[in-house]
Amino acid sequence: MSLADKDRIFTNLYGYQPWNLKAAQKRGDWDKTKDLMARGQDAIIEEVKASGLRGRGGAGFPTGLKWSFMPKEPREDRPSFLVINADESEPGSCKDREIIRHDPHKLIEGALIAGYAMRARAAYIYIRGEFIREAETLFAAVREAYDAGLLGKNAAKSGYDFDVFVHRGAGAYICGEETAMIESLEGKKGQPRLKPPFPAGAGLYGCPTTVNNVESIAVVPTILRRGATWFASFGRENNKGTKLFQISGHVERPCVVEEEMGIPFRELIEKHCGGIRGGWDNLLAVIPGGSSVPLVPAAQIMDAPMDFDGLRELGSGLGTAAAIVMDKSTDVVQAISRISYFYKHESCGQCTPCREGTGWMWRVMERLRTGDADISEIDTLFDVTKQVEGHTICALGDAAAWPIQGLIRHFRPELERRIRENGGALEAAE
Amino acid sequence: MADAPNIPDEAEVRARWGAFAWTKENAEQAKVIIARYPAGRQRSAVMPLLDLAQRQVGAETDTQGWLPVPVIEYVAAQLDMPYIRAYEVATFYTMYNLAPVGRYHVQVCGTTPCMLRGSDDVMAACRNRGMVKGKTTPDGLFTLTEVECMGNCTNAPMVQINDDNYEDLDYDSMTRILDDLAAGKQPKTGTQNPGRHTSDPEGGPTTLTAMVEANHDYRKEW
Repeated sequence: MSLADKDRIFTNLYGYQPWNLKAAQKRGDWDKTKDLMARGQDAIIEEVKASGLRGRGGAGFPTGLKWSFMPKEPREDRPSFLVINADESEPGSCKDREIIRHDPHKLIEGALIAGYAMRARAAYIYIRGEFIREAETLFAAVREAYDAGLLGKNAAKSGYDFDVFVHRGAGAYICGEETAMIESLEGKKGQPRLKPPFPAGAGLYGCPTTVNNVESIAVVPTILRRGATWFASFGRENNKGTKLFQISGHVERPCVVEEEMGIPFRELIEKHCGGIRGGWDNLLAVIPGGSSVPLVPAAQIMDAPMDFDGLRELGSGLGTAAAIVMDKSTDVVQAISRISYFYKHESCGQCTPCREGTGWMWRVMERLRTGDADISEIDTLFDVTKQVEGHTICALGDAAAWPIQGLIRHFRPELERRIRENGGALEAAE
Repeated sequence: MADAPNIPDEAEVRARWGAFAWTKENAEQAKVIIARYPAGRQRSAVMPLLDLAQRQVGAETDTQGWLPVPVIEYVAAQLDMPYIRAYEVATFYTMYNLAPVGRYHVQVCGTTPCMLRGSDDVMAACRNRGMVKGKTTPDGLFTLTEVECMGNCTNAPMVQINDDNYEDLDYDSMTRILDDLAAGKQPKTGTQNPGRHTSDPEGGPTTLTAMVEANHDYRKEW
């Protein structure tokens, strides 16, 4: 069974139709937003909880639960903030960009409703700096919403005052980490903060703050309109709803597509991507959730359900649902080494294991790529990834460690072969 | 840090940029930007103001722009923050150019999803025009940088040149784009694959086909 078009949330995903307010309203956005808000803040949070929506930014934390951590009665001098994470930078991920440039009003309406539910005074949408044209669209869409009375004082005639501001980043992957994002919004280097305090206690400007991914916020108005049971009717227990999948790499036709959570990998690829380049026998491995999750070899991924639990069972993760597909022509060591380079480049330099470790791991990966190494160094590398993992303030250290661990776990014979062919085994034997 | 740019000579930079001030339009724009943040939190505006300043420098030099030290000082002073805090921001984020760049800043994505789809060919097309990574061509036209994932992975490989993205590239289409720019022509932005609209699969979408022709309202089918 496949998701029907009528059950897709992002109907203008590909931008065949205009993004503007008038066109968006014709598609159903901003339709009686006031009535949705009139249900009350707690009722909205309960509905989102009941829908089973889990954060779409990678970690998969239940969205409604996250909102419920915000203070019920914010103080005048200490307002609450919603920060929307549009810093999409995880290699493989390119879904928030499509929402922002083709369906921005879903995001803006979601910002108002979510902000109201968590009793926030304003939302800041932090969009990555490289999304230059996308930010232009977003600024214009927010302007339209103000001009139509949908934002600002008495937003959408709800009686609630709410502002939405757009803040552009300037090129730093780490700002996708929620506390780094808050630092960056405050006009500083984007270096993550120690937790606790958690943002819900002390976030932006020291005030209670919730950071949510673009997709998590943009689906909220539709969930409220169609009901939690509708959303929860898709996917498996604990893995509910629809999801934007992004398939890149060696498929016949890469694309972004909204599908039901838990769709088997094979079905996703056959239905929307025209199959694997060179056929299924030519599939080598897949990184199923963006660069920071471990790769999964072909045999294990082929019929796996694409959801949080299904991919965790394979020792990987759904992440942002960005599948990077690699066929047998891929130099898999190079592919992972390039990811190691990415993390070396993006380490903010705050924690020593990450600052020193990402560069060290990349240099060893480059030697493993050519086989210029000793077989024992594979274990040393694995050991170092374990020393980086879990020993840094934020998850960038983990994200740098996991792809290498996945490579060693599944492609050790390939690493050893290269070393042997390069003469490394002889050296070890001497 | 190995990729750190050569910061130009300070005395020369000061002579050229010491009197930097906003244009009338940008002074207005700076006010609008600062108003997005709560009173007393004007420092939050440092990133957008540095971007605005870089663009103004770009407009004055007919390049993508960069941030001379006196310009960073100017922004810091406006926001009542120490220069070093603004400099910290300018050096932390990759989109601030700390040295002059060319008319077109060619930023080729080389991260794995683009690598798998042929970013080496895109790089080769740049090299074949005499471009060298990290350098500006002698005619001042192109600066080449290899950048990390730009978030266009289903349209890989891609390049960002100043404010526009060019996607689904190969050697030939990249060469054509560079030729057009060199000739003063604006190439088509976005996907270079004639069978794609944006991020839909080549040959037309497998979903939401009613949206191709009309702004379909699916609510009637709920």
